[in-house]
Amino acid sequence: MSSETKQILTTDGIPLEVSLKKAEKKNKIKAFLLVAPLLLFLIITYVFPIGEMFSRSIDDKMITNMLPKTFKEMEKWDGQELPPEEVFTAFYYDFKVLVEKQEHGKLGQRLNKEKNGFNSITKKLFRQVKRNKIDESISIKEQIMKVHKRWRDVEYWQAIKRTAPPYTMAKYLKGMDMYYAADGSITQVEEDRRIHRILWLRTLEIAFFVTLFCFLMGYPIAHLLATLPMKYSNLLMICVLLPFWTSLLVRTASWMILLQQQGVVNDFFVMIGLVADDNRPEMMYNKVGTYVAMTQILLPFMVLPLYSVMKTISPSLMRAGKSLGGTPFVAFWKVYFPLTIPGIGAGCLLVFILAIGYYITPALVGGASGTLISNQIAFHMKQTLDWSFASAMGLMLLSGVLVIYWIYNKLVGVDNIKLG
Amino acid sequence: MSKNPEFVKFDKVDKSYDGKVLVVKDLQLDIAEGEFITMLGPSGSGKTTCLMMLAGFETPTHGEILLDGNIISNIPPHKRGIGMVFQNYALFPHMTVYENLAFPLRVRKVEKDEIDKKVDKALSMVSLNGFETRMPAQLSGGQQQRVAVARALVFDPAVVLMDEPLGALDKNLRESMQYEIKHIHESIGVTVVYVTHDQSEALTMSNRIAVFNDGKVQQLSDPAELYEKPVNSFVAEFIGENNTFNGEVVDIAKDKCKVKLANSEILANPISVKSKGEKTTVSLRPERALINPTDKMDNMFTGKIEEVIYHGDHTRVRLNLLGSSEFILKVPNSTSNLELKVSQDINIGWDSTDARALDPK
Repeated sequence: MSSETKQILTTDGIPLEVSLKKAEKKNKIKAFLLVAPLLLFLIITYVFPIGEMFSRSIDDKMITNMLPKTFKEMEKWDGQELPPEEVFTAFYYDFKVLVEKQEHGKLGQRLNKEKNGFNSITKKLFRQVKRNKIDESISIKEQIMKVHKRWRDVEYWQAIKRTAPPYTMAKYLKGMDMYYAADGSITQVEEDRRIHRILWLRTLEIAFFVTLFCFLMGYPIAHLLATLPMKYSNLLMICVLLPFWTSLLVRTASWMILLQQQGVVNDFFVMIGLVADDNRPEMMYNKVGTYVAMTQILLPFMVLPLYSVMKTISPSLMRAGKSLGGTPFVAFWKVYFPLTIPGIGAGCLLVFILAIGYYITPALVGGASGTLISNQIAFHMKQTLDWSFASAMGLMLLSGVLVIYWIYNKLVGVDNIKLG
Repeated sequence: MSKNPEFVKFDKVDKSYDGKVLVVKDLQLDIAEGEFITMLGPSGSGKTTCLMMLAGFETPTHGEILLDGNIISNIPPHKRGIGMVFQNYALFPHMTVYENLAFPLRVRKVEKDEIDKKVDKALSMVSLNGFETRMPAQLSGGQQQRVAVARALVFDPAVVLMDEPLGALDKNLRESMQYEIKHIHESIGVTVVYVTHDQSEALTMSNRIAVFNDGKVQQLSDPAELYEKPVNSFVAEFIGENNTFNGEVVDIAKDKCKVKLANSEILANPISVKSKGEKTTVSLRPERALINPTDKMDNMFTGKIEEVIYHGDHTRVRLNLLGSSEFILKVPNSTSNLELKVSQDINIGWDSTDARALDPK
């Protein structure tokens, strides 16, 4: 603004800007109060749990609290050769406290995860300590080293030192089939044990193909919905939405009835002579089942955004394209299709993101080769109770989705998404 | 170069959408090359259906449409080479003005520099040079309209169809666009088939007007004749303003007939009445009746002023005349010194040639 601009006053002599702000302040407060419950709800149900999940996934404070003296002494140790007497002494006193609190078992388990063989030698040490076999007046280092030969191995002491920081990325590395080697470098697990990487790739692959199938099937349906006369399109719309109104579990269960080896689809194939009765194909408990069921379940999420975009495209545009000399295909490809891209973007993003985290359907019809990363997360939540690993994988999934969203934004532009 | 008087020919065309009602009945219409013809009619009269059949988006139920002597009923729209301007312009919203205009040329595989030349020429025709990179949404309604016209003309079609192209514009813009389209037509000599329900638009722009009603062409003639000599009471009613008298023919000669109204008799010009005793509706343009007629007019009556409405350039006077209180008189305001007042009695007169005895309503 130029300095010559006069300040505009209201009739009361208050500057216009001030009185405008005053007038708008009330509205702003009102607006904020209206969204406040939702904001609170989001913080409680979304921001807070994700934060909690994150801290759990990197948390390694348990062992830090178990061995405070040891880690303090270890700071002075260079980690090349066996630690000095002070480290052994400190470890002994820490261990003694744990024995009194009966927490030595936990330490053994935790250290065993870091390096195999810790469990048995902590148990041995525990028996020595319990029976007061350790003489505190002479060198503790010598006595501990005599308990088991592994206590004389520097690699075990290095493993302890690695657990010192209160935070660790180990769970994330595990999620990518990697781990900290003895020297602290990041190493891949042996090829035949890389299960997680297969799962990640399979999740991406299934999500990608489910999105593709949904698009191929949903596009013509949405087009039909948008162009049919009202009385037919309403009926078709109900058919599209019907799955929405049915429980997910019911739908998945009905796919199981249809797809199993003695199921309806196989019976039909046998009946029309497509397959032999004794050679019925497996359509469930593998990828086929996951593809079929997930495509059907996620189809409405593709159809609805496409439909809402197509509805706004005037039929005269296609006519214009044809009257100007474009063949029906050219008119479709150059005029209609580009105008539906916002809907395609919204539908694909929606289906892909839903598919990448899908759980119940692959768990029921996926079998071993059709399960996704979310099933692995659930497995660790419920079976191994390794919540920090489940949290780490959950966060990896979340950041994967965010990365996809970011790439998508770069390619298509989020402004180009239209949900309705 | 001799112009083909039957460049576009509708030959006994019927159209029905549901197999029960004919929206176009036995249409017979010839359009000459280079002509500006308007299909005028109320909504639902079948005029847009005719246009869509010509463009190829609808197929005639019966009959043939010929373009330059060739039957085109089985040719798909994109092979007809007919330009079309749509009601809401139908500009491609994701393309720039240049791309919109280049579209018909690109699909015809025209060379790049040839496209540039033609687009440039078409844009200068509608005085929109420099707008090539704009998107349609960045243009005003009038500019979008011009782009739509330019796009329909850029590939030099033999016929251009316009489906109420000015319907969405405001009054002033609509009038200036009417002249602009008329001038473009005159300068490039393309055949234009124009659809509208706005009679003043039709009268301003066209060489000939086909008045549609009820699926039929009621009258096909040039604007002056249409206004001055409507052939039936629908056309008289639809085009311009009109005073009507319903009555019965009591006497008929070659160019005059006597029509008996409820309680008086008038002289009229027999157009569609043949004999005594026929019912008829007599139509008279408001500007053809004069106040205080000086010449010897063969219809002279006295009426009572019911209402005076000032319109700027003229004043409308509603009279109670011959038993009807709906008689309208248009008085140019140069003679407003007559000081017309409500409930004043005035003398009215008109020539019997201007009072056309048409079919009864």
